[in-house]
Amino acid sequence: MKAVLPLVIVAALFLLALLLAPSAIWVFAVWIPYAAITIFVLGMILRVMGWAGSPVPFRIPTTAGQQKSLAWIPRSRLENPHSTPEVIGRMALEVLFFRSLLRNTRTQMARDRHLVYGTSWALWLAALAMHWSLLVILTGHLRLFTQPTPGFVTFVRDLDGVFHVGLPVFHISAVVFVLALAYLLYRRLADRQVHYISLIADYFPLFLLLGIGITGFWMRHVSRTDVRGVKELALGLVHFTPTVPQGIAPLFFAHLFLVSVLLAYFPFSKLVHMAGIFLSPTRNLANTNREIRHVNPWNYAVKVHTYEEYEDEFREKMVGAGLPVEKR
Amino acid sequence: MARWDEPDFYDKDELLSVDWQPPRTPWMKTPVDLRKGTYIYPGKAKNLEALDLPFPHDWSVSDVDWKLPEDWQRIVLEGMAERLKKYRSFKLFMDICVRCGACADKCQFFIGSGDPKNMPVLRAELMRSIYRKDFTAMGRIFGSLAGGRELTEDVIKEWFYYFYQCSECRRCSVFCPYGIDTAEITMMARELLGLLGLYVNWVIEPVANCFRYGNHLGIQPHGLVDTLEFMVDDIEEATGVRVKLPINKKGAEVLFVVPSGDYVALPGVYTCMAYLVILNELDIDYTWSTYASEGGNFGLFTSREMVKRLNAKIYAEAKRLGVKWILGAECGHMWRVFHQYMDTMNGPADFLEVPTSPLTGTVFEHARSTKAVHLMEFLADAIHHGKLKLDPSRNDHIRVTYHDSCNPARAMGIFEEPRYVIRSVCNNFFEMPRNTIREQTFCCGSGAGLGTDENMEMRLRGGMPRGLAVRYVQEEYGVNQLAAMCAIDRATLPTVCDYWAPGVQVTGISELVANAMVLEGEKRRTLNLRLEPIPGMEAEGAPEGADEGADEGADDRPVEVPVAAGVAASVTTGAGAGTDASLEAGATGDA
Repeated sequence: MKAVLPLVIVAALFLLALLLAPSAIWVFAVWIPYAAITIFVLGMILRVMGWAGSPVPFRIPTTAGQQKSLAWIPRSRLENPHSTPEVIGRMALEVLFFRSLLRNTRTQMARDRHLVYGTSWALWLAALAMHWSLLVILTGHLRLFTQPTPGFVTFVRDLDGVFHVGLPVFHISAVVFVLALAYLLYRRLADRQVHYISLIADYFPLFLLLGIGITGFWMRHVSRTDVRGVKELALGLVHFTPTVPQGIAPLFFAHLFLVSVLLAYFPFSKLVHMAGIFLSPTRNLANTNREIRHVNPWNYAVKVHTYEEYEDEFREKMVGAGLPVEKR
Repeated sequence: MARWDEPDFYDKDELLSVDWQPPRTPWMKTPVDLRKGTYIYPGKAKNLEALDLPFPHDWSVSDVDWKLPEDWQRIVLEGMAERLKKYRSFKLFMDICVRCGACADKCQFFIGSGDPKNMPVLRAELMRSIYRKDFTAMGRIFGSLAGGRELTEDVIKEWFYYFYQCSECRRCSVFCPYGIDTAEITMMARELLGLLGLYVNWVIEPVANCFRYGNHLGIQPHGLVDTLEFMVDDIEEATGVRVKLPINKKGAEVLFVVPSGDYVALPGVYTCMAYLVILNELDIDYTWSTYASEGGNFGLFTSREMVKRLNAKIYAEAKRLGVKWILGAECGHMWRVFHQYMDTMNGPADFLEVPTSPLTGTVFEHARSTKAVHLMEFLADAIHHGKLKLDPSRNDHIRVTYHDSCNPARAMGIFEEPRYVIRSVCNNFFEMPRNTIREQTFCCGSGAGLGTDENMEMRLRGGMPRGLAVRYVQEEYGVNQLAAMCAIDRATLPTVCDYWAPGVQVTGISELVANAMVLEGEKRRTLNLRLEPIPGMEAEGAPEGADEGADEGADDRPVEVPVAAGVAASVTTGAGAGTDASLEAGATGDA
């Protein structure tokens, strides 16, 4: 049920664009993309500023390796960083390779009534495949927004199409992207625990990304669209001199519309983890707690029970027990 | 007949056949089942009053009406708003979870209970659903479609139940791709419940005690002196050495701070005796304090403000006594407070000096700001420099494994020091399986103020992953002792072991050290600190080498101490004499 509604919504959005775009081409080709990118940029800035506006009162890194203490004890620089470069290293592992997710295990009760924690890399692999293929796809798309196309874009595209299968060259990233998303969706539906915790807001982005991926793949390999026209449109948008060339297939506008919805939805969704991970205080702080004092900007005085109050209450008993006291 | 708050009451097969499959009803529509044996009794009004906390009232978990203040919803929502502004962790962790489920089966309380709301992700969603409804645009517009829900009294009951089934152990945070730390959310939830006068007595009574008496148990200064003197007597019986007992001594070099559980709870008592032995033998110029007689801090299980209120006495006492630095004993959450909060909250400790070992000259640079060194860091350094005279063969009858305690592991990263010390004093050390130790260590199931009796079922369930890992090394390697560097572990793991791995005893690391230490002027050591005969060191036919000690100790100093079996009783009496509020929390009725 929680999965049906988002599927219906994404399907409706797709059909809406497919049907309406030809008659409202400027709306779908120019105004909606501009609006979406504006919401995305402003929304994300506000989001990050919102997080940054709340201080980090305490230094709370999760330490997943040996601390720095005695010189002769080897320490774990990436799992328990003690300096800024080490923190950058830890964060790079998290952001680029999902290091923590790689630790994933699956708890099972063995027949002999022991708990076993089996290695479980499927989620890590699918998540990594999805994010990396998306990055490669986005990089490839830069060729539409640049003239001339920068070298690294061509390089990534060549690498992506290394198998030289089909015409136009078949890109690995497109297939990996769709398959990885399909697995993540399957997992959410089939794994009863994950299904139980899932919200509509977890299925919606999956269907949206699948819709974007499939329409993109379709346009490249099944019903080809006029790439020159698309590039003309994209360059016009980038240079704020929008023109809408003739002859672009309606499917492209459906693709573009789903991308626009994704961008506009992004700052209000769980997808903000993209920016949020960089601010995570359990990951981006060095474990220098006892070496460098961390300052809490709102540290305030509290009511304490002073030694004087303590001695006043127990002075006689302390004297009786032979303990030294401040006042006789 | 076993009672429902005793381990025997629970059927092991039933606990082991835990079902991890979620129920058919969605979680938002599954009401909380407040089952006896799984929850902790409410905080008593008198304890809240002693701390000037809002809305003290006596209530009962099984009551329909929890007698919340009239405008409780406003209080909770304003409390949330305030904390969202104060803690980036809270705000961020409300926003960025993608519900990937990587944390789901990482929590010992979910593994042991199968209750889906014990998955860290759902535990956090109990709070997030309210956050979404009242603090996000999507939630305000789309309500339950956006995963929001109304803040009702049932939500408060659910919070009370599940946020006191989280031991703030941070295991989930190791596995989370964004480092979301459920402990942070649980702390916020407990603070919000506190605004309504809702606490558990097992936490708030120790807090009230600690505030007034300096320690959780409410031991008064003369009672503490008695307690420690009993230990000195028992040490003399075991070793023939009468150790010094400096208390509230001005001008000492080191202030020694321990968790108060070690004063009275077995087997922590033996660890406490070991502290006395070790610091005496190494001739450290140190002092105990009656005012700062507790490094543990149940404020951590209450609110950040309470952490600060209880922790303030540590630096204050260090200043009053004029010590140079602070040595902290074996404790779990005390070290979370010392390591992550003390300096920020009550520092800077610029009146102290950078800790330097008087034995080796090692400067503890990593503690140059807090000026607090962990006993295992101190001992590892001393052993590494050959400053301890050790005879590990005295521990040869012990086959030991080591339980990393949550806080020192995941909020500090002290993994190698305790292992180095254990290996130096025990010839038979065996690790538990990789996924149950170090940063992936499981909680004892009783941390963060859950270690009482009335929630025994949940403690045994939460202790299951640890208990089964212990049973594994027991079966595989014949392990018979579990060493733990945390007072709550020492107080509660015996129950977990008795239930899941019967035959395995619990010990502190210092106890192993003290038993292996060759003391200046000791008698022939036939008894360990538990005053039990050491196998292979019996009076007759003792091995060579033990003779020298026998000459000096036993002959010169005829000891007059209670019989061996008296140790537990004597220590308990000692504490009882000075205990006002005592440990009655466990016996407080809910009905």
